[in-house]
Amino acid sequence: MSDVIAQATGLVKTYPPRDKRSAPFTAVDGIDFTLQRGEAFGFLGPNGAGKSSTMRMIACVSPPTAGTLRVLGLDPATDGRRIRARLGVVPQDDALDSELSVRENLLIYGRYFGLSTRLIDERATQLLDFAQLTDKAAERVDALSGGMRRRLTIARSLINEPELLLLDEPTTGLDPQARHVLWDRLFRLKQQGVTLVLTTHYMDEAEQLCDRLVVMDGGKIVAQGSPAELIAKHATREVLELRFGIGEQAAAVEKLRQARTGDRIEELPDRLLWYTAEGDAALAAAHALGLTPVTALVRRASLEDVFLALTGRTLVD
Amino acid sequence: MTTATASPGMALRFYRYCWLHYRRNWKGTIVISVANPLLFLVAIGAGLGAVVGSHVEALGGVSYLAFFAPGMLAAASMQNGMIESAFPVSYQRMPGRAYPVAVSTPLEPVDVLHGHALFMAVKIAIGAAAFCAVMFAFGVAASPLAVLALPAAVLTGFAFAMPVAAWAVTLPDVRPVQTLFKWVVMPLYLFSGTFFATTQLPEAVQHLVALTPLWHGVELCRTLTLGTATWAGSLTHTAYLTALALVGYVVARRNYHRHLHP
Ligand SMILES: Nc1ncnc2c1ncn2[C@@H]1O[C@H](COP(=O)(O)OP(=O)(O)OP(=O)(O)O)[C@@H](O)[C@H]1O
Ligand SMILES: [Mg+2]
Repeated sequence: MSDVIAQATGLVKTYPPRDKRSAPFTAVDGIDFTLQRGEAFGFLGPNGAGKSSTMRMIACVSPPTAGTLRVLGLDPATDGRRIRARLGVVPQDDALDSELSVRENLLIYGRYFGLSTRLIDERATQLLDFAQLTDKAAERVDALSGGMRRRLTIARSLINEPELLLLDEPTTGLDPQARHVLWDRLFRLKQQGVTLVLTTHYMDEAEQLCDRLVVMDGGKIVAQGSPAELIAKHATREVLELRFGIGEQAAAVEKLRQARTGDRIEELPDRLLWYTAEGDAALAAAHALGLTPVTALVRRASLEDVFLALTGRTLVD
Repeated sequence: MTTATASPGMALRFYRYCWLHYRRNWKGTIVISVANPLLFLVAIGAGLGAVVGSHVEALGGVSYLAFFAPGMLAAASMQNGMIESAFPVSYQRMPGRAYPVAVSTPLEPVDVLHGHALFMAVKIAIGAAAFCAVMFAFGVAASPLAVLALPAAVLTGFAFAMPVAAWAVTLPDVRPVQTLFKWVVMPLYLFSGTFFATTQLPEAVQHLVALTPLWHGVELCRTLTLGTATWAGSLTHTAYLTALALVGYVVARRNYHRHLHP
């Protein structure tokens, strides 16, 4: 068995124009990646970066416009059915039938894979347990909370025991507790040897779950590596966050630039970020310059900072 | 474009989904697709028919009920064909609904089309069979050939269902569907010879009406039921409706692929 589970070179996705007046739109603009069996791989990026478009091509529901793509050693253009039979997909929207019960959703999906009703029943029982939904089995899906739906969608995606699980923003819109429950479930799957590919807006999620990731922006890959590598390469060890009173930030930035610390300063609408090896020392320096921030916070650099350094924009606005 | 070959087994998987979904939703549509046409049949056919009196010349010397019932069979079938395709297809193709879910599994868009089309055909047949049963109970059938009005009605419904499905799968939302019912279904219903003989219309309009698919469905069902069918006429009507269904199917196949695997 090969170690590579999916591979793309020069992958492009151009959508045809929506109407006569608009132009074709290139959502994915020549990207390369190699996914290893057993790893957790992340696609990070802001809205419209092309994450979902990429995921849909891997999932064989959207043919690439150009480039080569191999999934499970097969060509999606000719072997879509066979590939999809071995994939699990968790789409960005839950895509559950809200009028059917929790169990019926699993039944329908299992049937699409040609599984017998008995086998589906057996697996559904295990999966509902895994998703902590056993006591909701007979409930209609529209009675479930957002977090429960997400867990059900993940449970459903496992009905065919996939080798490769594609998760498009698995935790968007969930509260912190629900996110942690999901992270735990995903971590267990990884331990069982399932290859995970996920997209996310959240840097902490990528840091928690991903062995490797790529940062996408405007359809291109702008950086790749492990979370630690990316932080080491594109950010400093610590970040000092300073908030000023209304209208005072511009003057403070001006003062810092004149002081020529050599450190990178990022201005955000509500605060400024000072990238530095020693946050406390930087704060002392700020005070010495006569700056009086309303709040000051020293923290470790995160992937959020990597993204900002690469694109000049924050991820979640 | 359509590279994947269709699989009947996969299509049946989607067909089974349609029934499971319908089990939750039948109350919403049974009234309009089965009960409504029957009410029309009784109220207009029997009620108004008594007022009109029988053996009016323009109706070809039959009672108004006998004239109206097979026409209504075709018109109701047309409406069922549209109801079964327009709303469900434009709804299920939306992000997060049944179509995108099904095509992310081993099913191809063409399998979804086949499974759903089979379901539409069965639903149209059930509605037409219920109508035929009541119509025959009224003693309208004048010939053993009248039983062929049932497949004729199913063909009529299906000839509308396929092009409408081909169109509905391209829609970004369901609003245009309402427009379709207001501006296409209603006029066809009224002027294709269901309620009155088209020979009463000006000649130019008659030629126009003879181009509409519903007129062919109405004529086919009516002549078979009343025993006035001719080979030439029936074959023409059947060929016209079959061609419409086929063209709709071919376009649907292409559109399903384009819009479900974009
Ligand atoms: N079917 C389509 N037709 C035309 N344009 C599309 C289509 N799907 C996506 N796009 C466009 O392609 C771009 C990338 O979309 P995509 O959904 O891949 O982004 P994303 O990174 O997943 O964003 P988000 O974080 O908002 O989910 C967007 O500008 C979007 O409007
Ligand atoms: Mg997306």
